[in-house]
Amino acid sequence: MKILKLIFANALRHKLRTFLTILGIVIAVVAFGLLRTVVTVWDSSVDAASANRLITRQAVSFLFPLPYAYRDKIKDVEGVKTVSYANWFGGIYKDKNNFFARLAVDPETIFDVMQEFLITDEELANFKKERNACVIGESIAKEYNIKIGDQMVLDGDIFPGRWEFTVRGIYKPKNQNTDGTQMLFHWTYVDERMKIESPVRAGEVGWYIVLIDDPARSAEISDQIDVKFKNSSAETKTETEKAFTQGFVSASGAIISAMNFMSFVIIGIIMLVLANTMIMAARERTREYAVLKTLGFSAFHLVGLILGESMVIALVGGGIGVALTYPIVAGFEQAIPKGFFPFFFIEPITTILAMSAAILIGILASIFPIQRALKTKIVDGFRFVG
Amino acid sequence: MATLINVQNVSKSYWRNSIEIPVLNNITINVEQGEFLALMGPSGSGKTTLLNLIAGIDKPSNGNIIIDGTNIATLGESALAKWRANNVGFIFQFYNLIPVLSAFENVELPLLLTKLSKSQRKKQVETALNLVGLGDRMHHSPKQLSGGQEQRVAIARAIVTDPVLIVADEPTGDLDRQSAEEILTLMERLNNEFQKTIIMVTHDPHAAERAKLLKHLEKGDLVGA
Repeated sequence: MKILKLIFANALRHKLRTFLTILGIVIAVVAFGLLRTVVTVWDSSVDAASANRLITRQAVSFLFPLPYAYRDKIKDVEGVKTVSYANWFGGIYKDKNNFFARLAVDPETIFDVMQEFLITDEELANFKKERNACVIGESIAKEYNIKIGDQMVLDGDIFPGRWEFTVRGIYKPKNQNTDGTQMLFHWTYVDERMKIESPVRAGEVGWYIVLIDDPARSAEISDQIDVKFKNSSAETKTETEKAFTQGFVSASGAIISAMNFMSFVIIGIIMLVLANTMIMAARERTREYAVLKTLGFSAFHLVGLILGESMVIALVGGGIGVALTYPIVAGFEQAIPKGFFPFFFIEPITTILAMSAAILIGILASIFPIQRALKTKIVDGFRFVG
Repeated sequence: MATLINVQNVSKSYWRNSIEIPVLNNITINVEQGEFLALMGPSGSGKTTLLNLIAGIDKPSNGNIIIDGTNIATLGESALAKWRANNVGFIFQFYNLIPVLSAFENVELPLLLTKLSKSQRKKQVETALNLVGLGDRMHHSPKQLSGGQEQRVAIARAIVTDPVLIVADEPTGDLDRQSAEEILTLMERLNNEFQKTIIMVTHDPHAAERAKLLKHLEKGDLVGA
């Protein structure tokens, strides 16, 4: 216990220096947590993809539509269970900063293929039977205080005009990494209006969502679908939902890699700061370590004293940093445009990594001072003038 | 009286830039149990080096140092540390107390290496501090004590494990005359009443007079022995 007291007392000898070092660790851990959260949230959108869902899109680019007529042909492929479809609608809800996915979908099948969107039978039935009905994610309902029966008006951009919807359902995300920020409404409602206002754009589908029986056959089924439309005016590219999402994520790959790299650079910098603090502290105590050695304290005791002090500073900084990461990440989520990230939460691995980094920093920062303290002969220690 | 310390043909050299600098030359000296020996000599004569060798905080280049039957010149670092903890009490010129610990905790430090219980440690620390007259200053930090009081805490730390040998390197070198007298009186008492063997390095003839035996070192040799 006395050794522990000595460790704590040593850590508090230069209160300002220790405080500033801890503050540095706190800032580094928070920055690390924030960057890692962005990276993991980005990656978890890929992880959230279902293994038994395929996405069929235009082979040239996701931006080009596919004919609605493809639906039945895809359905005929052996191994396909259900075919649904969606169109990116875009539009503005109240303010252009209110960003969330607005999709024109097939109300009959969308919740069959998106089984992680949980909706009651009653709400689903109401959604299906009303032409301008919509279903929104729980996160949007909370964010904009929308209740069932409320009107939502979109100012169309890709599909120009004023679009009015009545909220008939609020779906709940099944998992933590399920997107709870989507607004879904009838594809036919949009398509019927397109037939009148811009007939050339009628009958177009953004992508097909294909539910298959056996995920192990995804490659084979994808090929079968694409072969059907080979040499047509709109050739298709079918891939697993995971690969499809990965395509989006990899477009931002360089930024994510840079963030990933930066998160570890921050840890490296703060390790040097703590190492500097520990080197100064150990240097100042050269004579005291000589006294302790003289009294019979072993290398083991000196390692304990120096490593202990380093760990106290690193763990206090790491603990406070991790504790502060939660409210700061929540604040960050509030600050960024709504719906920019469909979900935003600190994964347990981020907390584990941050605390592991703090522990690692504590250990590494003490190596040089320990080595110095152990190598210094007692007689040299007594002669040392700090 | 029995011989406690037997220094046999001990030499010590330091190396600086590949040049050998001899500090002690073939020293042989015996110290009886219960002796109070003062080592005197000019700066650089090797008196502190000899003290360090006898105390086991430095190793001779040649020769043997047998203390209470143990040749400490042959012990490894770890064994030597244990031997010091069990056999030697140290008094330094600049006290060398740990500033963040109280007087009590400083004195308790050597006992943390023993298997004594907390209550046994407390009893021994209180005894040692009472012996040096600081029973009422146990919980003061070194900053709250005068130089003489700090040195008395250091003496309490040196005797708390009841070592066979106490080594003191210029114990009065940093003290005023009155405090120095108090420290020397205390050391005399440890020698006379508690039969502690003491080896003291000093350049102060007045301090040396308090020892029972006086040895001079000059340029690494014992003179007038």
